[in-house]
Amino acid sequence: MAHAQAQQHPIGIYLKIWGLLFILSTASYLVDYFHFQGYLRWFLIVVFMLLKAGLIVSVFMHMIWERLALMYAILVPTLLLIVLLGIGALEGNYTFFTRGAFFGPAAHVPAQHR
Amino acid sequence: MTQPVTTSSAASLPLPEGLQGIVADWSSDQRAFKNVPWGKAMMWIFLLSDTFIFSCFLISYMTVRMSTTEPWPNPSEVFALTLWGKKIPLILIAIMTFVLISSSGTMAMAVKFGYEKNRRMTFILLLITAALGATFVGMQAFEWTKLIVEEGVRPWGNPMGAAQFGSSFFMITGFHGTHVSIGVIFLIIVAVKVLRGDLDHERPGFLTGRKGNYEIVETMGLYWHFVDLVWVFIFAFFYLW
Repeated sequence: MAHAQAQQHPIGIYLKIWGLLFILSTASYLVDYFHFQGYLRWFLIVVFMLLKAGLIVSVFMHMIWERLALMYAILVPTLLLIVLLGIGALEGNYTFFTRGAFFGPAAHVPAQHR
Repeated sequence: MTQPVTTSSAASLPLPEGLQGIVADWSSDQRAFKNVPWGKAMMWIFLLSDTFIFSCFLISYMTVRMSTTEPWPNPSEVFALTLWGKKIPLILIAIMTFVLISSSGTMAMAVKFGYEKNRRMTFILLLITAALGATFVGMQAFEWTKLIVEEGVRPWGNPMGAAQFGSSFFMITGFHGTHVSIGVIFLIIVAVKVLRGDLDHERPGFLTGRKGNYEIVETMGLYWHFVDLVWVFIFAFFYLW
């Protein structure tokens, strides 16, 4: 086996990322604490989440120092999840619609049409 | 005895830029993931599969939450704690998040000291990581107990609204907690190996005949950071949404 180059990086970068993760976590907690609602809330939650995930994967898990062959092999397949997300959203909407139509309080279907 | 010639091309050949580099690595002989020990490459592939499992849970949770006609219980209130006579929303979950992030920080530093062959520091940092992980699991046990005993949340229903709340909650956090618990056990195993000097003396482990080395600390670290990563998504989608 080719001797692998060890992943050695100065300790400062870990401490900085640690600090950043603390700040981002506090920020996402404050989104709830100050009762932001609607699109602003969802936008902020997703932005802080993606930033945190990116920092963990790239620095703590050393992904930015890996070769592209590994990076792409691991990160590209996760894009498939977008398809599953879309299917889930379609299905959820449809189920909600049929529940509303058949079990909701407004579902007064005349007897002869049942 | 003559020394065998180094035939690995990984170190000697220049890596082409960008996409060409990927093609060069993937079309090369024997191994696509150069400069990465096998254990680490396989851990990454395991983590990819685990990503899909957790995503299935989170996407199913989205689907049931979208499709229910009952109101969804407000996590901000459900997970509030009364501290010093004041009701603070979601405080337990926030503390759990900080505990897990701190354990990730100590883990990253343990990997660094491991490659420096600083046994003492690696051992101490791994042990702190395990302790923080155990703290996290303990707080989760407290959270579950409070939810089951005081709030009456069950997988099939709860007094606050949509029945799917309980099933999603127990499934997702239960699976994550199991991952943390397994991680704590393996952290302790790796810490003991480091302390005993198994990795310095390349002693094989009990499950494998492969020689021990400090790369296993990094592989362990990948798993641990992944557990933290999953929590980031659970925190955002389940607790904050």
